[in-house]
Amino acid sequence: MNDSLIYLDNAATSWPKPPAVGQAVLRFMEEAGANPGRSAHRLSVEAARRIYSAREAAAEIFNADPLQVAFTQNATLALNLALYGLLRAGDHVITSSIEHNSVMRPLRRMEKDGVEVSIIPCSPWGEFDPDDVRNALQPNTRMIVLTRSSNVTGTVLPIRRIGEIARRAGVLLLTDEAQTAGTFPIDMKADLIDLLAFTGHKGLYGPPGTGGLVVGERVNLKELQPLIQGGTGSRSEYEEQPVFMPDCLESGTPNGAGLAGLEAGIRWVLEKGIPTIRQHEMQLCSQLMDGISAIEGVTMVGTREVLLRTAVVSFTIDGLQPSEVGQRLDEEYGILCRVGLHCAPAAHRTWGSFPAGTVRFSIGVFNTSAQIESALAAIRQIAKRNH
Amino acid sequence: MVMEGYSVILVFATSHAFFLEKHLSQAGIESKMIPVPRQLSSDCGICVRISQNSLPAAKRIVASTGVEIEGIHDI
Repeated sequence: MNDSLIYLDNAATSWPKPPAVGQAVLRFMEEAGANPGRSAHRLSVEAARRIYSAREAAAEIFNADPLQVAFTQNATLALNLALYGLLRAGDHVITSSIEHNSVMRPLRRMEKDGVEVSIIPCSPWGEFDPDDVRNALQPNTRMIVLTRSSNVTGTVLPIRRIGEIARRAGVLLLTDEAQTAGTFPIDMKADLIDLLAFTGHKGLYGPPGTGGLVVGERVNLKELQPLIQGGTGSRSEYEEQPVFMPDCLESGTPNGAGLAGLEAGIRWVLEKGIPTIRQHEMQLCSQLMDGISAIEGVTMVGTREVLLRTAVVSFTIDGLQPSEVGQRLDEEYGILCRVGLHCAPAAHRTWGSFPAGTVRFSIGVFNTSAQIESALAAIRQIAKRNH
Repeated sequence: MVMEGYSVILVFATSHAFFLEKHLSQAGIESKMIPVPRQLSSDCGICVRISQNSLPAAKRIVASTGVEIEGIHDI
């Protein structure tokens, strides 16, 4: 490992990982590297058992049932499975103005195919009024799809209140938990979520190429058209895709090694406890926000209230392009972050930072207070030199 | 003494077999994952074997989980 680096790009991919994650990947390859669920020999059964164990871990962290978890390669695929699987021409869908392109791009495509899309604005200060969602409901509304937390500013949306609105209206709620799985308390049942998309490589500390869609009881599987069809190892005598979970959404050989790593990541998070992780991250986040707001020529975008955000901080430096700041941070200070639009142009329009984007620092569980202090010192120097 | 026989629960997917194994174990019923016997049809390749002694209790557990199964057969 490179101890001199300060890694502040955890909202893109968390790094480093707990050692148990890499070890589990290697163990899967060495001890159970066969094709899961396709054969009945011992290695195939062992591979399937380890993947099932990952399913149990994912179910536990979201308070769901293991068979409701369909694994995918990331949150993007999970969101596409849900959106393309359930929305048809003539349906209406409600979303927010702070979504990632993993939601906006499929919806813009589907709009061309006759799906009606309403985008509820979120204010630059992070205010998102559930009544606006209620007022946008139409007789043909089929789904509300929302990120729980903005990947640009960390602003958290009131998912449970939206869940209540969705239940009352008889529409489905799909949440994008890419930023919140592992870093924020999520309860699929209490939050009244029908479809939950997550990725493994961020707050769950798993390897890239892992994620999933959790499908709740209110979703009629017969209406969920699988975007991808193929071999599942089940009902092989039929040439039609099975309609039961998780096989209906899991065609082709899965990323068994990655999922073994994902399980290790989730178990590590569960062991440490999400409240403990969140407290640590928000403490560093407060330190970062306090520091940034005291630097002349630096502007933070989005909300400051720590209870309503995750540990993602976006800012700009007067007179400097975000890309230039990012390059200097990397080359001169060994600070790794993400700059630009973060695949979320709608969100940057909301925060007023389109088209240049921002510099984004995203904190993970392995960051320390001393690292945040070093990062603040670097921003101070860069901002000062520019004046 | 009469040797106790076995029954197998045929499932539609491997993950369903592990799911049932866990629920049976929680109810104190021993089970074993075995390849589907040749004379029985199934496609996921493995099934859940239990002793016939525990069959009535196992049936109740299976029903309570709501998992659809292909069938239960004595072997």
